[in-house]
Amino acid sequence: MEIRRRADTFVDEICNIPGGEGVRLCIQCGTCTASCPHADKMEHTPSQLIAMARAGMREEVLSSNAMWYCLSCYLCTVRCPRGIKQTDLMHALECLSVREGLSHGRTLTPAMYRSFNDFVYSLGSLPEFGFMTWFTLLTNPLRAFRMLPVAWRLFWHGRLSIRARRLTPQGTNQLRAILDKAESLGGVP
Amino acid sequence: MKYYTYFPGCSSSEGGAKAYGWSTQAVSKVLDIELVELDDWNCCGSTPYSSVEELASFCLSARNLALAEKRGFDLVTPCSSCYVILNRTNSHLKQYPHLKAQVDEALAAGGLKYNGTVRVRHLLDVLVNDIGYEAIAAKVKRHLDGLKVAPYYGCQVVRPRFGFDHPEFPDSLDKLLASLGGEAVPFPLKTRCCGGSLIIPEEALALDLIGKILNSALSNGAECLITVCPLCQTNLDAYQSRVNQKMKTRFNLPVLFFTQLMGFAFGLSEEDLGLKTSIVPVERVLAKYL
Repeated sequence: MEIRRRADTFVDEICNIPGGEGVRLCIQCGTCTASCPHADKMEHTPSQLIAMARAGMREEVLSSNAMWYCLSCYLCTVRCPRGIKQTDLMHALECLSVREGLSHGRTLTPAMYRSFNDFVYSLGSLPEFGFMTWFTLLTNPLRAFRMLPVAWRLFWHGRLSIRARRLTPQGTNQLRAILDKAESLGGVP
Repeated sequence: MKYYTYFPGCSSSEGGAKAYGWSTQAVSKVLDIELVELDDWNCCGSTPYSSVEELASFCLSARNLALAEKRGFDLVTPCSSCYVILNRTNSHLKQYPHLKAQVDEALAAGGLKYNGTVRVRHLLDVLVNDIGYEAIAAKVKRHLDGLKVAPYYGCQVVRPRFGFDHPEFPDSLDKLLASLGGEAVPFPLKTRCCGGSLIIPEEALALDLIGKILNSALSNGAECLITVCPLCQTNLDAYQSRVNQKMKTRFNLPVLFFTQLMGFAFGLSEEDLGLKTSIVPVERVLAKYL
């Protein structure tokens, strides 16, 4: 029987997700952290997060708010001297965090992403008005009052459609069949 | 006449950026481009799907790509997020065979197959590279002489490198602007992030980024700002009042889709371009060219 260190198994887990394999290449130069518009808002900077992952700090990494503050602006990705795709790496960590039920508290981003996905799954498109309302009521109904002026202005300028765009019934069924199959395959890998 | 398959994305079809869709179609007509909307397309999944359900997110894009493949033309989208997500799916399917096998299996459940041949392009790329600056300049009826514009690229049209322009110092939109007669002001933050979809769950952080971009544009003398992405436009335009509230600023900078400014220069009407959908009024800066 092969005995493996905790750190190795976590790194393997990340590497198995497309885009995650870069975690092995990092030289801790900090270019990603220096480029990130949100590095100062994260509990752990992007380069720290990689160092922690390689040290096997699974729970600390996956329950961090860091990847949820990633804007997917790809500045780190184009600047990394090792060619690591940090944005994809952040997405990989987000997926693992959700899978493990560790995406709790401190940021509403996971909840927003889930509401978004629920709408896309059931309709095949994203009705912005319905999605925003649903997310706001679900997480912080009081915030709805603060958002009223913005919503009102959008509505006044003809930019808030109540009606959702729908696919044809055949299209909807096809999309569901594909997504259900994807789910039954159990995610990557 | 040049033919493309058109992928408007949720926002530019029936969402908050309808005017982007309208002006895209109007400008294309002037330039002899035929954009045929992809039948029965679905949402690309954007960042939220790829951050939570990786495999399903690739399947969402793959369905669109498979449908587009049957038509055989390049797939054009005006949305920077759709552009990245569809391209990312293309490159991941090539790079990771085990992922491709799973996506193929899921697509088969819907009776589809994707061979990886669709080229995904951003509208800006098509306009500057397939049509060209000179052909665009030739259609200009209202020369925007001396109009000082901040050309805002945002992130995902240039990053990661799917490439028709430099990831940090692009100039295609600057040159496009020059061909309309306008003047691109120096704009150091032209590829910095507007906050993207984090405007919803983490508003305070995103407002900070929006404020910096507006400030950079204004302090360099811009009269208006143009964008190539529905979300960037919404953040910079609709949330400008929230920035003012939070940071005690008095920004009042019109934010247009680049196709709206093109259409205006081509002499198209306000209705065709949906200029009234902008929250910060744009007529003020355009009136002198009427």
